[in-house]
Amino acid sequence: MNWVWIGSNLDLIGGRILEHLALTAPPIVIGLILSIPLGYAASRSRVARSILLSVGSILYTIPSIALLVLVPVVLGLAILNPANLTAALTVYAVAIMVRSAADAFASVPKDVLASATAVGFSRRQRFFVVELPLAIPVLLAGIRVVSVSTVSIASVGALTGIDQLGTFFTDAFQRSFLTEAIVGIVCILAIAAVYDVILSRTGRALMPWNRTQPDVMASPSVYSAPIGGSL
Amino acid sequence: MNLFGDAIAWILDPAHWSAGPDISGHLLEHLGVSGLCVLIAVAIALPVGVAIGHTGRGRGAGILISNIARALPTLGLLSILILLFGIGLLPITVVLVILAIPPMLAGSYAGVESVDRQTIDAARALGMTEWQIILRVEIPLALPLLIGGLRATALQVIATLGIASAFAFGGLGIYLINGLAQADFIQLLAGAILITALALVVDGLLAAAQRVVVPRGVALGRSDRTDPPQRARASRPRALQEGMQ
Repeated sequence: MNWVWIGSNLDLIGGRILEHLALTAPPIVIGLILSIPLGYAASRSRVARSILLSVGSILYTIPSIALLVLVPVVLGLAILNPANLTAALTVYAVAIMVRSAADAFASVPKDVLASATAVGFSRRQRFFVVELPLAIPVLLAGIRVVSVSTVSIASVGALTGIDQLGTFFTDAFQRSFLTEAIVGIVCILAIAAVYDVILSRTGRALMPWNRTQPDVMASPSVYSAPIGGSL
Repeated sequence: MNLFGDAIAWILDPAHWSAGPDISGHLLEHLGVSGLCVLIAVAIALPVGVAIGHTGRGRGAGILISNIARALPTLGLLSILILLFGIGLLPITVVLVILAIPPMLAGSYAGVESVDRQTIDAARALGMTEWQIILRVEIPLALPLLIGGLRATALQVIATLGIASAFAFGGLGIYLINGLAQADFIQLLAGAILITALALVVDGLLAAAQRVVVPRGVALGRSDRTDPPQRARASRPRALQEGMQ
């Protein structure tokens, strides 16, 4: 480890961290937002489910470096445009999240939905006040997976010339300079950890009924959640 | 969209199939190294995963390992190992095996865990030894998820091997790297199409194998009919997805 290099390049490292954050945060958020209506549709109809999940798994099959090259062709952007990386990462995020979201809505017990309808909830109320809150545990699990893999896959952007922490890896290889690669890995793991803490804290704040029981899926308390309380 | 047509024409151009290290050579190299890595990963992860699933111990450690491996950037791991061991097959194989173990591990333990406890108790009551239970009851019943894990592993390895071409490895990624270096978009696109096609074909073959190998009546879909439909469908993809990542 060359600590002097780290000391004298703190600005560069900080800049790459910011670039990495700016490139990875939007795909995670957009992926979550897009997957909720898609996942809901998939949980309501078998046909929608099989179509959406097949498309999702085919998109997930495309290798990251190939997708990074395909996106500019499809969107008509310049290859060095960082938006390519954000778009490619969003595709992966949605591909993974659609399945989680479909499972999340399917995990809401039918009886609860029937009760909500029986007490007079409209469809829209039922979705926002009953189904969405009860789907949070599984949605959260999915988005945590998405966030970790997004942070790590983003580094591949270095191969197509989009600067972020992954650039340290290609530089390290070209200059035979190990320290740079280690700095890159440590920063990426740290960002993944920070995102994960933020997501799990947010999830806990959104699920006050769930604080004492970590194993939400097995816990009956999910079903007796204070339904009106969350809005 | 015309670029796609040009890329397909590039792939079909006989000149790219005959001279020197051609498409078929890179394809074989890609397949060979991927196969090797998947085999090593299966040899390590399958016994460990089955042991975790059978004993119910070490599940937390398995999940932890999977999560860390998911966060590790392949490109970074490759550059570090290549700087340490030099350019060659060894660092590439090591990185891909590290990457391939988590999905295989998850598929194995999720598969064995998914076997109905009553079935295992029944096998034990019939006087089967633990080994017989593992080999004749748990593994056959776990096959759908086991092969699901294998498919995820193969996909992961084939897709990621493309990155290794940035570090002086042949394989199909070479067209991506050369295309980028020469700003030759057609070659770039051709490389992307070739890798994606290979991944899809291998996945399709494994899916077909899954249908042939899995004993009739074990197919996971069966639970759809006996359980309340929503809940049963929910449990299947979640377990599979754990294997997918």
